Amino acid sequence: MKMNDKTTFRIFTGLVILIIAAAVLAPIITSYDPYTTNMREALMEPGGSHIFGTDKLGRDCFARILYGARVSLSMTMLIVFLMTAIGTAVGIVAGYCGGKVDMVLMRFSDLMLAFPGIVLAIAIAGIMGGSAINTILALTVVGWTKYARLARSLTLKIRDRDFVAAAVTNGTRPFQILYRHILPNIILTIIVTAAMDIGTMIMEIAGLSFLGFGAQPPTPEWGLMLNEGRQVIQTAPWVMIYPGLAILAVVAIFNTWGDCLRDIMDPKSHE
Amino acid sequence: MKGKEILHRLVQMMLTLLGVTFLTFALTYIAPGDPVEMLLEVGDVIIPREVIEETRKQLGLDQPFHIQYIRWLGGVLTGDMGMSYSARVPVAQKLMEALPGTLLLAGSSLFMMIIVSLPLGIISALNRNTLIDNGIRFLTFIGISMPTFWVGLMLLYIFGLQLGWFPIAGGEVEFKRMVLPAVTLAISMAAKYTRQVRTAVLEELNQDYVMGAKARGIPMSRILWHHIMPNACLPLITLLGLTIGWLLGGSAVIEMVFGWPGLGKLAVRSIEMRDYPLVMGFVLWIASFYMIINFIIDCSYHYLDPRIRKGTR
Repeated sequence: MKMNDKTTFRIFTGLVILIIAAAVLAPIITSYDPYTTNMREALMEPGGSHIFGTDKLGRDCFARILYGARVSLSMTMLIVFLMTAIGTAVGIVAGYCGGKVDMVLMRFSDLMLAFPGIVLAIAIAGIMGGSAINTILALTVVGWTKYARLARSLTLKIRDRDFVAAAVTNGTRPFQILYRHILPNIILTIIVTAAMDIGTMIMEIAGLSFLGFGAQPPTPEWGLMLNEGRQVIQTAPWVMIYPGLAILAVVAIFNTWGDCLRDIMDPKSHE
Repeated sequence: MKGKEILHRLVQMMLTLLGVTFLTFALTYIAPGDPVEMLLEVGDVIIPREVIEETRKQLGLDQPFHIQYIRWLGGVLTGDMGMSYSARVPVAQKLMEALPGTLLLAGSSLFMMIIVSLPLGIISALNRNTLIDNGIRFLTFIGISMPTFWVGLMLLYIFGLQLGWFPIAGGEVEFKRMVLPAVTLAISMAAKYTRQVRTAVLEELNQDYVMGAKARGIPMSRILWHHIMPNACLPLITLLGLTIGWLLGGSAVIEMVFGWPGLGKLAVRSIEMRDYPLVMGFVLWIASFYMIINFIIDCSYHYLDPRIRKGTR
């Protein structure tokens, strides 16, 4: 079982690298530009030089999906990074200091938990106006409290351990304690949780832009492409089929990769 | 639950509602775009400044932020959620019109989800690591990785357009139009919930009392229904609450895909039109609804779990 876990993890790490490489090397993989419209080639069926067909403005769907990976992945990375960084920082401080800081944080995070996250994200992104930046903002605002809670509870577990007490006795400054003693002990769990969130974020970004509250045209973004595909679903279903398959494949790979990562890091949680 | 506890919870819910509405209200205040101009804009006609200012005054939008918020809050407490900017009718009326659509859709998809994922999850757990289990797990894995609205589009394409079984564009609330959106939501929820059922049942299966019951020769079906399920249902009910929270957001997207006339579609439209009273009303309703659901779930523990009821935990 151990061996098996590692092998699967290696395979999926390879696939993750492959996805990232495809996004980075998009200009080399395809010669089409995702923005260049060509009305004479509008809504062409998949096949020939356009293997995924073209959309209603004659743009190559395959190129747009490849470049779309750049948009989706970079937005996802940024959101996951912001959520974990903010959440961890606040959570550690709250857990270590306790008292009022802790109480304020917990009340705020209760507030977030008492409200369905997607609805709040839709409200924030929609009201602030559709853009990639507002999507990142909305999803970060909704998501960071989860990491704050996690970091807090992990900090509480190790706060009273001897090595922390030793550091305090040695006169280590509080910041140093948090940064050098607490953080290294909890960061692994947080990274694993973050890895398992990547797939969800990719889907939520796509959902927001599908509603028109995310990246705006002509950005090649998967959710946006699905929205455009919906308008021509009768005549050109491929415009909505392929971006969806792209999301499915990428999310599936990231989800499995996250699961494998967790199993390797923490064998106890495995069933 | 004791009276004191219930009171405590109610106060907490009130505070949360206050926080949520304040947040949303602040957002609408700092958001770009002027609702007055959105409202008056018809084609390319240029509206005189005086008319804009006059309308602004009428809507109370010339007031500072805290006055606006307190006014709105006061209205809500007396049962008045204000007038929709775009439709010029009370917000409550607009929401009431859209409510049945969403309730029907949410209710039927939830029902479908439960009748699919409970048996599948239990079968999966009982046949752990067999072909059946792996098959079910693979299906749920694919289900989890698909964006809900894409599932909707695919169903629309296959069953609406290719096979022509169901009407493709929405309109009124009617059964035939509801099938596809409800199935879409059910698929996405069932994928997650089946896994959770499986995990919950597996957890109980590994307990010593199951082994003991087996050793005493009690048939598996009896162990399942009389021992395992009562224990597994507690976490499952909590997760059901989370699922309903997801459903409230998910149905907004799906209502847009299918043009289903419900709260979600109304909310998305009102956000687009900067119809803030309507947005606020929606947020308030959803938040209250979600909290009431969770409250009921918490209360149900007291009936389902004797340990909590008797205060031994």
